[in-house]
Amino acid sequence: MTSQWPLWEVFVRAKRGLSHIHVGSLHAPDAAMAVRNARDVYTRRGEGVSIWVVPSDQITASSPDEKDAFFDPAGDKVYRHPTFYEVPAEAKHL
Amino acid sequence: MRDRYALALGDDALILAQRLGEWVARAPELEEDVALANIALDLLGQARSLLTYAGELEGAGRDEDALAYWRDDRDFRNVLLVELPGGDFAVTMARQLVFAAYQYELYDRLRASTDDTLAAVAGKAVKEVHYHRDHATQWVLRLGDGTDESHRRMAAGLETVWPYVDELFEPFDGADVDPAALREPWQAYVGAVLAEAGLEPPATGQHRTGGRRGLHTEHLGYLLAEMQHLHRSHPGATW
Repeated sequence: MTSQWPLWEVFVRAKRGLSHIHVGSLHAPDAAMAVRNARDVYTRRGEGVSIWVVPSDQITASSPDEKDAFFDPAGDKVYRHPTFYEVPAEAKHL
Repeated sequence: MRDRYALALGDDALILAQRLGEWVARAPELEEDVALANIALDLLGQARSLLTYAGELEGAGRDEDALAYWRDDRDFRNVLLVELPGGDFAVTMARQLVFAAYQYELYDRLRASTDDTLAAVAGKAVKEVHYHRDHATQWVLRLGDGTDESHRRMAAGLETVWPYVDELFEPFDGADVDPAALREPWQAYVGAVLAEAGLEPPATGQHRTGGRRGLHTEHLGYLLAEMQHLHRSHPGATW
């Protein structure tokens, strides 16, 4: 192989009602094959009911260099957390 | 009669599983390794059920292992198509398309068999084979409608397997599903895929047959030597 297939990020939804979770990445020549490869690589043991694939180069990520500026200011502001509410026992997957 | 039918279908699945297993660590990409191994394992599961059932019907005390490991090539009843060497990836995909499309139509009808065991095996397997057919379809479309080189190789792959197509639809004494009835729906599916891929069904004058009577190509002997060697050297070996 002189050139490798493009990289895809794979998201799998474990069951209805849950959201898609990033499970890993793989190579595939195009989107349709990426979904099939994801089925074979990540859902062989009944892990999912739905698959999304996204070209890895379409993801814009925050920079590790900006970690302090991005995330540190949130560390000491406890009043931003909704921790003063009672969560009803019936509300699952909140 | 029915034990011979179960044996023939089981041998088809077993031998093709072995052939596909040869691709592991040799496929063009890691992801394709996994895909082909998955398909091989699906087929192996079908083979286990069918051979176990064939052994029960025969009533001579042979289990799946006895049938898989202690028969010689003349006692295997698989079609010749599944024992052909894998060739390049295009040959393998040509065979996968031809065989999965056939097996899909077969299992789809076998679900309605009056034999509960065969119907149950088919009911489970038809979903697996639906995916096998789709996998092969995706590749035949991409290779046929890809580059000049991929088109040339895909066409050559079809040429290689085409002489072995007719055998799939030959009459089989005691078959629950008449193989001849599968030809038309098979033709419709495969024909549509080839047309979309810009490929022609090869015009071959050759029709190779004999597998169902135990008359195999030389390739089966080598395949069995590799598949059976461990079990024959260490009978009853497990891990």
